[in-house]
Amino acid sequence: MSEAVLAVETPGADAPGVSGARQFWRRLRTRRAALVAASVVALLVLVALTAPLLTALEGQDPTTYHPSLVDSARGGVPVGSFGGIGADHWLGVEPQTGRDLFARLVYGARVSLGVALAATVVQLVLGVAVGLAAGLGNRWVDQLLTRVADIFVAMPLMIVALALLAVVPTSFPRPVLVALVVGLVSGWATLAKLVRAQTLTLKEADYVAAARLSGWGTLRIARRELLPGLAAPVITFAAILVPTNISVEAALSFLGVGVRPPTPSWGQMLTSANVWYQAAPQYLLLPAGALFVTVLALTVLGDGVRTALDPRAASRLRVGTGRKGGRS
Amino acid sequence: MSDAVKNAAGSPVVKNAAGSPVVKNAAGSPVVKNTAHDLAVKDAAGSLVEVDGLTVDFGGLRAVDGLGFRLERGAALALVGESGSGKSTVASALLGLHRGTGAEVGGTIEVAGVDVGRASEDVLRRLRGGTAAMVFQDPLSSLDPYYAVGDQIAEVYRVHTRASRRAARARAVEVLDRVGIPDAVRRSRSRPHEFSGGMRQRALIAMALACEPELLIADEPTTALDVTVQAQILDLLHTLREETGMGLLLVTHDVGVAAESVDEVLVMRHGRQVEHGSVTEVLGAPRQPYTRELLGAVPRVDAPRVTGAGSGAEAGEKSGAGSGAEAGAGSGVEAGAGSGAESGVQAGAGSDTGSDAGSGAGSDGSGEPVLEAVGLHRVFGRGKKAFTAVDGVSLTVRRGETLGVVGESGSGKTTLGRMLVGLLEPTAGEVRHDGHTRVGVDPAVQMVFQDPVSSLNPRRSVGESIADPLRARGERDETRIRARVRELLERVGLEAAHHDRYPHEFSGGQRQRVGIARALAADPRVIVCDEPVSALDVTTQAQVVALLAELQRELGLALVFIAHDLAVVRQVSDRVAVMRRGRIVEQGPADQVYDHPQDPYTGQLLAAVPALDPEVAARRRSARRRAARREPATI
Amino acid sequence: MNGFGGFAVRRAAGAVVTLFALSVIIYVVFYVTPGDVAQITCGPRCSPAQVQQVSAQLHLDDPLYARYWHFLQGIVAGQDYSTGTSVQHCSAPCLGLSYQSDQQVLTLILAKLPVTASLALGSMVLWLVIGVGTGVLSVWRRGRLTERVLTTVTLAGMSTPVFVIGLVLMIVVCGQLELLPFPQYVPFTEDPEQWAWNLLLPWLSLALIESATYARITRAAMLETLAEDHVRTFRAYGVGERAVIGRHALRGALAPLIAVNANNIGVLFGGAVLTETLFGLPGIGREMVEAVKVVDLPVVVGMVLVTGFFVVLANAVADVLYALADRRVVLT
Repeated sequence: MSEAVLAVETPGADAPGVSGARQFWRRLRTRRAALVAASVVALLVLVALTAPLLTALEGQDPTTYHPSLVDSARGGVPVGSFGGIGADHWLGVEPQTGRDLFARLVYGARVSLGVALAATVVQLVLGVAVGLAAGLGNRWVDQLLTRVADIFVAMPLMIVALALLAVVPTSFPRPVLVALVVGLVSGWATLAKLVRAQTLTLKEADYVAAARLSGWGTLRIARRELLPGLAAPVITFAAILVPTNISVEAALSFLGVGVRPPTPSWGQMLTSANVWYQAAPQYLLLPAGALFVTVLALTVLGDGVRTALDPRAASRLRVGTGRKGGRS
Repeated sequence: MSDAVKNAAGSPVVKNAAGSPVVKNAAGSPVVKNTAHDLAVKDAAGSLVEVDGLTVDFGGLRAVDGLGFRLERGAALALVGESGSGKSTVASALLGLHRGTGAEVGGTIEVAGVDVGRASEDVLRRLRGGTAAMVFQDPLSSLDPYYAVGDQIAEVYRVHTRASRRAARARAVEVLDRVGIPDAVRRSRSRPHEFSGGMRQRALIAMALACEPELLIADEPTTALDVTVQAQILDLLHTLREETGMGLLLVTHDVGVAAESVDEVLVMRHGRQVEHGSVTEVLGAPRQPYTRELLGAVPRVDAPRVTGAGSGAEAGEKSGAGSGAEAGAGSGVEAGAGSGAESGVQAGAGSDTGSDAGSGAGSDGSGEPVLEAVGLHRVFGRGKKAFTAVDGVSLTVRRGETLGVVGESGSGKTTLGRMLVGLLEPTAGEVRHDGHTRVGVDPAVQMVFQDPVSSLNPRRSVGESIADPLRARGERDETRIRARVRELLERVGLEAAHHDRYPHEFSGGQRQRVGIARALAADPRVIVCDEPVSALDVTTQAQVVALLAELQRELGLALVFIAHDLAVVRQVSDRVAVMRRGRIVEQGPADQVYDHPQDPYTGQLLAAVPALDPEVAARRRSARRRAARREPATI
Repeated sequence: MNGFGGFAVRRAAGAVVTLFALSVIIYVVFYVTPGDVAQITCGPRCSPAQVQQVSAQLHLDDPLYARYWHFLQGIVAGQDYSTGTSVQHCSAPCLGLSYQSDQQVLTLILAKLPVTASLALGSMVLWLVIGVGTGVLSVWRRGRLTERVLTTVTLAGMSTPVFVIGLVLMIVVCGQLELLPFPQYVPFTEDPEQWAWNLLLPWLSLALIESATYARITRAAMLETLAEDHVRTFRAYGVGERAVIGRHALRGALAPLIAVNANNIGVLFGGAVLTETLFGLPGIGREMVEAVKVVDLPVVVGMVLVTGFFVVLANAVADVLYALADRRVVLT
């Protein structure tokens, strides 16, 4: 996502108001949409974590082929109505391979969420470190790091990710690789620029100068005075990063260069879905729906987090003369 | 200002001294412009502005409570009050700007015969800008940064007339020229950020003039400007009123500004009217205690500094729950407890004496020097873009004395301050401390900052902020730290029990006190105060200034007081240095510099300070006019 | 505008430096990664002797900077390759030879460019109209039902992967309703009408997704502008709501829109990988996917460089346009 989007959508750059953790939770609790989204996300995380448990309950696993359940005469269409839904296979089976769809879905959740989270962590660490260093360092360090960040902002994500994934040998664990590639190629650079800008602003605050006058050194000032001020924009950005990373992982898997079979992935399941939609519509609808719901819930949650961190953004909806009352 | 200017089509447009030709007002009847600016006679159509029982509520908070006044055509009224008094809210209400914001407006407001509360959208739109025009406080943010200034004025003009684009642009050039912007044709194509502060404010006034309104509402029009530019703007307003016969409603916290420009004054406090009368009455012989208090707290540039030590003790006042108990006789004065955040002022805190921040001891200049600046230079940027902020400044601060450094924006005084404390390294020259050259920060030289909002970390309690210097020194014993913090809080007039409250729970004045406490925690010998009271109300200003004087006397501190407000600087300083464009143009004992300035710039500065006496103000204005004719002022 | 000219030159210089640095990074990453480069470049059908030859040719025994230097030389002056049997000259700017087809990479890319460009530009028009229009509408009708509906739809649009929307569109429009045949690319030069019809679904899929982001940006920027002081000034002068929104608020959104749009277009010019794959359009993106699957290294690296070039170019143009839109920027 580009800088301009973030410049517009990320608040807190010079919000002087105090939004302590308690106020934040209080505000978050009052937004219904965010709460619903949060519960959906929580559910997804639960499903992902307990995938082995759930599939054990069902009595299936995501990798076993069940050739008997597909009709190879008709090209691999699942036997039975609705793509083979039944007591044994709660959501039916995959065409051609007969693998259990429910199991593949819940394990796919693991992959999607896990990869996205790992990538986000990489982006956060890299972005904050580089941004802080650029903001605090002298002019040369700042110029150099900004230049590097600019290069990475210019890197076209999909293309480079594709290329990297092609080149690295398959001996390297694939999901980790995907997470690394997604994390390293995009996202962190924009975060770094944001952190840098915020650091530069915070650095100028009088209370930072006062801390220097008291005798504190740069590192301690960075830790005690600056980092708390960075929390809001960084968290907001992270909230946007996670759904983006999920989409990217799905896209890469869709193209066939993401996680390799037999590891299931929602994107992967969509690769051939257009062929099967008539005979087994759930093969298209389920992973697509799962993707949609996940990204939607995370985006709504991110929105809620953003407004909880900066209530001014919400109050702008009431614009008369543009002034909140009380100023004489 | 020229008498004729070519409009965009090339044909000359002549303006007469009596103002522009007769125009029709919103009601359709012709309005003849009045050329006199003294109190106009009420004509048959009624007063220009009639307000009765005005109340404005913002979600349960009452900002304006039962205000009423009248403004006749061609007359000028000032709404004077401190922050929170509701004056800006009243101004906005006159144009119906609260509609649609969720504020509840009660009472009646009539502007030029239009009932603002009940008017339809169309009528209201025609009123805004057509009949009554508002000039806002911050000209940089009040103009659209993306469009040229001339285009913005033209847009407003076309809203109220059916003029063509070309005619509108011509009108824009015309009014820009009228307000004294040189090279108006070219300037009308520039964007706001390319103008200086004073010129931007003129452009805003030009926009207000474009549709020939009957009433000009100016909301703190000069607060963001230097004192010399402020004088020019006020003169401009005066001249325009003379030429067009416009009425003026001026909203300001600065009593001096009011004295210069209006005939009547209405003092407001907490949304209510405190006093209302002619300028000479209210400012010369105020009847209400609050008015007297307000006037008493205004620092005067011509009053000699009182060195008595006694008055300082009275100025220390209680913190927190405003306990100032005023014998509240008379209309509309609130007795006693103000809101919790505002510190009450005890009656008699220096309200009768001209100034009260006497700092007696050590002002004879014989103390040994604690801080010296020797040939300080500071350059920003490189090569062609190099900018010299401070150009060879040398000064000395002695123990127990206050050195005032006064200058307008861009004079380099803030940069100088930062170099004195070691936050900024000079590009040449050195800072000496007790005779030794010092590089970098030193806890013995501390600073009090200007902005009460950004000088304290909003995420830490005030107690923690004050304790910071102690911890930095290595102090680990929590009990000792806590005890010292409580001691300091009380020393600056706050309650020790509030040490774990957060900055946003305090008022501006109280936050400045916390800042002073923090500076004291480092046991400094010198405190550099960078505009410590500029962001405060005038009554709070007086208190903080008094506190500083007291502390200086008790602890033998040396103070460097940096400010742009000449009157405040005079109040506190033993010696004064006047800065201009990075250099010190004049230096010496305060009385000498103020009463017998040597440098013409100092004289210019002093002449620009608004006087509290309307007659003095009128005299100064003519003096400025004469000077301007001799030497056109650089905007 | 002296200041502006200087600004433009500085940005151009910066772009060149960025491009240069980008090429170094990419080159290093790909040609230093594990795996026998010579083997990969030559391909699985090469004999060990051929691999040796390729290795020598690629100067694989030279230090890295020398190899990069040769690579640069190739871009500037062309290179000769012998792929086992014959010698082929690759004219400047030479990005290498595809081992699959022995074609010059650059030729390959340029042949596919019109498809990608058609897709990108057409979608751009659509997403600008739909996106900005939706944003403006939601601000114009703020506080009412329309706004909530639009916000929800926008949110949904942003959350759907493009290949899902594309799939759904194809299934519904081509499969069920049979309004259009399944898209097959027809070059503009052959038949403009068919070109447009066949690209309609891909355009819509891309545009619908992207416009959601644009709607959000527009809306957020406009709301922020509406809360600013200068809007209050114009309201206080009786300027109607339509002018306030259309002239002043919208103007505030121009700068961020320019920046985002430029970046988007730049990336798309490098290949809208997902859309092209889904609809089977023979563009750069799909070529990339194919090349990746068979690890056709020169093509892969070449495409990354070309895309990088477009992105850097687009960002530089965006910077200049941004400065035109917001003159205050030049002063910094």
